[in-house]
Amino acid sequence: MAEAQKIITSSDVHLFYGKFEALKGINLDFNQHEITALIGPSGCGKSTYLRTLNRMNDLIPDVTITGTISLRGQNIYAPSEDVVQLRKQVGMVFQQPNPFPFSIYENVIYGLRLAGVKDKRELDEAVETSLKQAAIWDEVKDHLHDSALSLSGGQQQRVCIARVLAVKPDVILLDEPTSALDPISSTQIENMLLGLRDQYTIILVTHSMHQASRISDKTAFFLTGNLIEFADTKQMFLNPKEKETEDYITGRFG
Amino acid sequence: MDPIREAMLKKSHSAKLERRGKTISLVCISLIVIVVVAIFFFVASKGLATFFQNKINLWSFLTKSVWNPSMKDAHGNPEVGALPMIVGSFGVTFLSAIIATPFAVGAGIFMTEISRKWGQKILQPVIELLVGIPSVVYGFIGLSVVVPFIRHIFGGTGFGILAGTFVLFVMILPTVTSMTVDALKAVPRHYREASLALGATRWQTIYRVVLRAAIPGILTGIVFGMARAFGEALAVQMVIGNAALLPKNLVSPASTLTSVLTSGIGNTVMGSLENNALWSLALLLLLMSLAFNLLIRWIGKKGELNK
Repeated sequence: MAEAQKIITSSDVHLFYGKFEALKGINLDFNQHEITALIGPSGCGKSTYLRTLNRMNDLIPDVTITGTISLRGQNIYAPSEDVVQLRKQVGMVFQQPNPFPFSIYENVIYGLRLAGVKDKRELDEAVETSLKQAAIWDEVKDHLHDSALSLSGGQQQRVCIARVLAVKPDVILLDEPTSALDPISSTQIENMLLGLRDQYTIILVTHSMHQASRISDKTAFFLTGNLIEFADTKQMFLNPKEKETEDYITGRFG
Repeated sequence: MDPIREAMLKKSHSAKLERRGKTISLVCISLIVIVVVAIFFFVASKGLATFFQNKINLWSFLTKSVWNPSMKDAHGNPEVGALPMIVGSFGVTFLSAIIATPFAVGAGIFMTEISRKWGQKILQPVIELLVGIPSVVYGFIGLSVVVPFIRHIFGGTGFGILAGTFVLFVMILPTVTSMTVDALKAVPRHYREASLALGATRWQTIYRVVLRAAIPGILTGIVFGMARAFGEALAVQMVIGNAALLPKNLVSPASTLTSVLTSGIGNTVMGSLENNALWSLALLLLLMSLAFNLLIRWIGKKGELNK
């Protein structure tokens, strides 16, 4: 098998909220077109780490980050980095479905509108493609101009994913995307993510060990700000190297 | 009677307390309702007397432009045309709201999106202070600063709708601003995060998402400001010139419903046509306040539906 291409590399990433050290030197690389799951108990730093990848932590006052994170070899924390451009390449889906209080159509094309796209045909096409990719086109195609807030939670989350896909990012970050949803909606989203793997690099924070084992290629286990273990998902779940990983995935704590 | 049955039938202490509380609040609320209804009834009975007792035509009251209730025109009808005051009131109200809105929205964005710290530490107290200044002070500043300034620039006396607009603009600005701030603060944080995560700049996030989501709240604030401007009497009376004439331009002396009321009500005899005609103006004022209130409720409801 050919060596997979690395798209994001991070080395020695420390993050402080004020004086509190939330990430204690993370070294973690992500391959292109793979799904990586970040697991660990609450407060272990996995979501914080995820948010460093598209610099969403910049919005929180009093955060200090050291170390380097590179996207395709370019340090995203370099002073010359264009954060707006970075976030177009590294999209993010949040835990709570958060569509804008606009129509479904307007939600999906939000990113294109920002880029100044005005051509109606291009917008229509983007809406159809993205909603199909997000496996929700059939459910909403007849009422694209209804408010996105009238949809169910699972549908809203898929619209949010379509909204990210419309921007055509390289990497999609998902912060516990199904933890607020029912099992059926969760399964739909998991299947959809598997379908997106060929075109995108997906990094997913999840509290569900089952979800991580079902859909991810690699898994990273975080504990109290440290990366304990990073390996192929199958290997980690069948044969964890570290004692802490074993304790966590067998449910002895967390 | 057996003791259990007796205990069950007797009212417990907390049930009694509950009943007492309900009674007290019911009495208070009925008192308020009675007062409001009484005011409406009183103003309406006085205000409608102009039309029923003095046989003034409602249409000519609203559309004629000569206000001189003690004189009669060529046909022997009293001259009670309220159009100049209606135009004056709506003029100052809309103009001041139009000028105040961009300032209020700008200040609101600064206080919520750009610099919360400065906004909370300095602007918030300043705005609260502005609300607390009595209207006579605003009127006095208008009289001694704004009116001479307008006189200097445009000539004439300086009194008029423009001076009234300026004074009202400063008076309603804090109301509209603080309600705009509330509306912007109520926009959930996750809309901002979602927008930024899609590669929006801060400014794109503000005008494409935050402002859009806050529109019902901002509109409510503007209408509140307009209601305040419409009902303001003293400050306006001091700078508008109090000439019951249809204003020719923004710097000619004019009058509003409130200014005619405050300057005229003490000089008329109860029950006379002059007095009744003023009550009709008061009724008009009351109905307009009601209309503003209904508008605010309607906007609020519309905003809820969109959420």
